[in-house]
Amino acid sequence: MTRAHYDAIIVGGGHNGLVAAAYLARAGRKVLVLERRELVGGAAVSEQIFPGFTFSVYSYVVSLLRPEIIRDLDLPGHGLHILPLESTVTPMFNGDYLAGWSDHDLSRGELYRHSPRDADAYEEYGRLMHHMAQAVRPILAMLPPDPTSLSPRDLMGMLKFGKHMRGLGAEHFHALHKLMTMSAADFLDEWFETDVLKATKSASGVIGTFLGPRSPGTAYVLLHHYMGEIDGVFRAWGFAKGGTGGVSEAIAGAARGFGAEIRLNAPVAQVIVKNGRATGVALENGDEFEAPVVVSGLDPARSFLQLVEPKELPGEFTAAIRRYKFRGSSGKVNLALSELPNFTCLAGDDSRRTVLREAAWRGAFSISPSLDYVERAYDDAKYGEFSREPYMDIIIPSMIDPGMAPPGQHVMSIFVQYAPYNLTGGWTDARREAFGDAVINAIARFAPNIKSSILHRQVITPADIERVTGLTEGNIFQGELALHQLFFFRPAPAWARYATPLDGYWQCGSGTHPGGGIMGASGRLAALEILRRT
Amino acid sequence: MLKQTPFHARTAPLCLGQNWRRWAGHFAASSYDLVHEREYHAIRNSAALLDVSPLYKYIVSGPDAARLLDRVVTRDVMAMAPGRVAYTTWCDSAGKVIDDGTVARLDDERFRLTSADPSFRWLHENAHSLRVAIEDVSDSTAALALQGPLARTILEHLIERPLADLGYFRLTTATARGVPVTISRTGFTGDLGYEIFVDAAHALPVWDALIDAGTPYRITPTGMLALDLARIEAGLMLADVDYVSAHKALIPAQTSSPYELNLGWTVKLNKDFFVGRDALAAENESGTAWRFVGINVEWEPLERLYAAVNLPPRLPTVAWRTSVPLYRGADQVGYATSGCWSPLLKQYIALAHLPADHASVGTPVEMEVTVEHHRKRAPARVTSTPFFNPARKRT
Ligand SMILES: Cc1cc2nc3c(=O)[nH]c(=O)nc-3n(C[C@H](O)[C@H](O)[C@H](O)COP(=O)(O)OP(=O)(O)OC[C@H]3O[C@@H](n4cnc5c(N)ncnc54)[C@H](O)[C@@H]3O)c2cc1C
Repeated sequence: MTRAHYDAIIVGGGHNGLVAAAYLARAGRKVLVLERRELVGGAAVSEQIFPGFTFSVYSYVVSLLRPEIIRDLDLPGHGLHILPLESTVTPMFNGDYLAGWSDHDLSRGELYRHSPRDADAYEEYGRLMHHMAQAVRPILAMLPPDPTSLSPRDLMGMLKFGKHMRGLGAEHFHALHKLMTMSAADFLDEWFETDVLKATKSASGVIGTFLGPRSPGTAYVLLHHYMGEIDGVFRAWGFAKGGTGGVSEAIAGAARGFGAEIRLNAPVAQVIVKNGRATGVALENGDEFEAPVVVSGLDPARSFLQLVEPKELPGEFTAAIRRYKFRGSSGKVNLALSELPNFTCLAGDDSRRTVLREAAWRGAFSISPSLDYVERAYDDAKYGEFSREPYMDIIIPSMIDPGMAPPGQHVMSIFVQYAPYNLTGGWTDARREAFGDAVINAIARFAPNIKSSILHRQVITPADIERVTGLTEGNIFQGELALHQLFFFRPAPAWARYATPLDGYWQCGSGTHPGGGIMGASGRLAALEILRRT
Repeated sequence: MLKQTPFHARTAPLCLGQNWRRWAGHFAASSYDLVHEREYHAIRNSAALLDVSPLYKYIVSGPDAARLLDRVVTRDVMAMAPGRVAYTTWCDSAGKVIDDGTVARLDDERFRLTSADPSFRWLHENAHSLRVAIEDVSDSTAALALQGPLARTILEHLIERPLADLGYFRLTTATARGVPVTISRTGFTGDLGYEIFVDAAHALPVWDALIDAGTPYRITPTGMLALDLARIEAGLMLADVDYVSAHKALIPAQTSSPYELNLGWTVKLNKDFFVGRDALAAENESGTAWRFVGINVEWEPLERLYAAVNLPPRLPTVAWRTSVPLYRGADQVGYATSGCWSPLLKQYIALAHLPADHASVGTPVEMEVTVEHHRKRAPARVTSTPFFNPARKRT
């Protein structure tokens, strides 16, 4: 049997695997990407689940895609266009709403309506978060040093890291400490009195975690959002034309342009190991491919507990990977709509209302009317149930990219928390539909016409996420973004730099530093490290 | 009082920030929304609707209409078939650019010229002994630009016939809900796009019909701030911004030839005569001293300049239109005249004048940037334009 030979094989065509492939191919390496599914993208895919309606099936906004990746790979030349999401509107139970608009004065005026004090505090808060994000941001582009190593490179790295932290000054270091340890709710309590503001901000901080807004450690995630904002005009935050699959397709196009080969419908069964070295992979159908470098873009559980025989890895390493927490907590509902949802809080025919309503449709709706609401949603999940009244982050992609739905009709993307992976009694078809009903009912409280405008609905549970995308326990970030799983701990102490204990075997998925989201940073840093070391 | 365009009754209520600028003595919306971001993205994502009525517009007609224009502009007008549109410059006798615009052949003996500056007198001066009529239709003709990937789809709905056959820089007549219009496949954004000319008296119904047909496709009234970003991405220059008209220059050094503006392709030296021909033929022989090029500022070094003062990079969200020095080594060699952060490309780009020996693609230069009140130099490279050139523009 002849085996095709490559310089590097990437297992998994998620966006990080594709980024790694593109960078390796750009450097002249002969690269093969093996993707299990019939399309690339992993959790970043667009699919026409119903004819004429394109869904960003899983991830739906691009938050932190690194601008250097966009430039290095000429992604706009391959069709990438990130469109702004203008606003966030949170409908309230009393019929009012809280909105954040793209215009600063408008947003301030809106918050002032709720609390003149908070309107002032918001400016100061923004300044602090700017400083904090500024402090943390370089770390995203930094290779995590290994704190347990004594190599000069690691010592220099720790020194750089330490120096960076010391450079913050006492006040900022103190604030950073609070951010790292407090709950989002407590942290926001120190700043604001408007409950719906705190609810909306802290809700965005619990996305992808099995934590509630009052759980310690959630404040840190607030910062992640400012990291996108700090980039100002350079940011790549928004909605990708064609859905998030547009990001993956553009990266795949770039990778192919540099000469990488991408095979679809090619599930990898195993990493082939000879004399303690990874030398290639075997597909489920028995085909084998050889390469001195094998890179896994899958999550740590799949990379180390599924694709590699336990005997090839040190026991303490696999033990650490077993301890690594997934705990999927999110679901998704995608709708095809015959008309736009009429949120009662924005009803009214005067010209001002019309303008606001239009702008709101082009932005996000956050179903987080109060802190208690979001915390209660979490309470359900704690005890193994999906939230009866969940927190939701909603966008209407067809208002931003008209190509997502037939003219005059719409698609709606609803990100839902909480839907625990370990549902009491397990996920069944009936439970999935019940979960979908709970979501629609919760929206209908604020936009009653939603029920009659649904043409099609796709309900996705964490079990579905795991089944289709391979994300273990349906965790959207390939493992929780909790502090004990970040930076030099991601995915395991001493193995946060894309190498693994198995020679020739590398990792590049979101389960490595700097973590989840459509960021591409893991794939890029991994490729650069591989190029440096092989 | 400034003039209002024929669309003012529609554009004024949409201009939420009352954010107007002047264009040829008219009110022109800088942006309709409070921020121009969405309007910019409409140009590249759906369809932007721009009121370009302030353009100067002239109808040149009569048996010698083609001859007059052929005499004035650098392109070959005699060779243009009806239904063709040509982008062109026109020069003074020294071969220096007076203005740039489009010439459209409406039929055998009728042309429309659009220009940035008034051109009535210049046309007349060159019309001696020719059988032509020159009519200034600037006020009586309203003009819209519909630009973006969905522009064609929207127009097809409006005029109820396919437009796929209308090639790049071609023109056709049509009726839009009963109103006669001319549609030309032209624009200033470097994207798929059309310009629609209509009698000013019928302007509003055409606007309404376009909004109506375009709403399902997210048609977006768009102002000049967004246009400015798009035209820089497209590498398109503006008179008074990127070059000085030979009619306005106070010293010869302020003037530019078409070759110096990277517009040599519009100069048809095989024509027997046109204003400036001899000078341009001589320049073509002896070589051109200056070039008009694209500049791409490198990101990481720029980031470092800001990091040195503990700031993230700060760039304006709108295009700048000032003269910015370009250096090679110790010397200033040239200057950029417009620049912007491209939201689409994630690149800091500029249009610039450089001496020919510093202008080849890839040449490293430095551009002056002001970082916290201090003048610094940011490494950059000469690049070809357009910075962004989607296939849909022509296909
Ligand atoms: C419901 C949901 C919503 C989200 N929302 C957002 C959001 O709005 N914004 C955001 O930034 N992030 C969001 N995320 C997170 C983000 O999508 C992920 O962090 C990111 O896409 C992960 O990319 P990746 O390349 O690291 O891994 P993955 O996307 O997990 O890629 C892994 C790839 O490997 C393939 N694969 C698996 N097993 C094998 C095998 N044996 N052989 C070959 N191939 C295999 C998979 O099919 C997949 O293509 C969301 C995720 C989910 C699930």
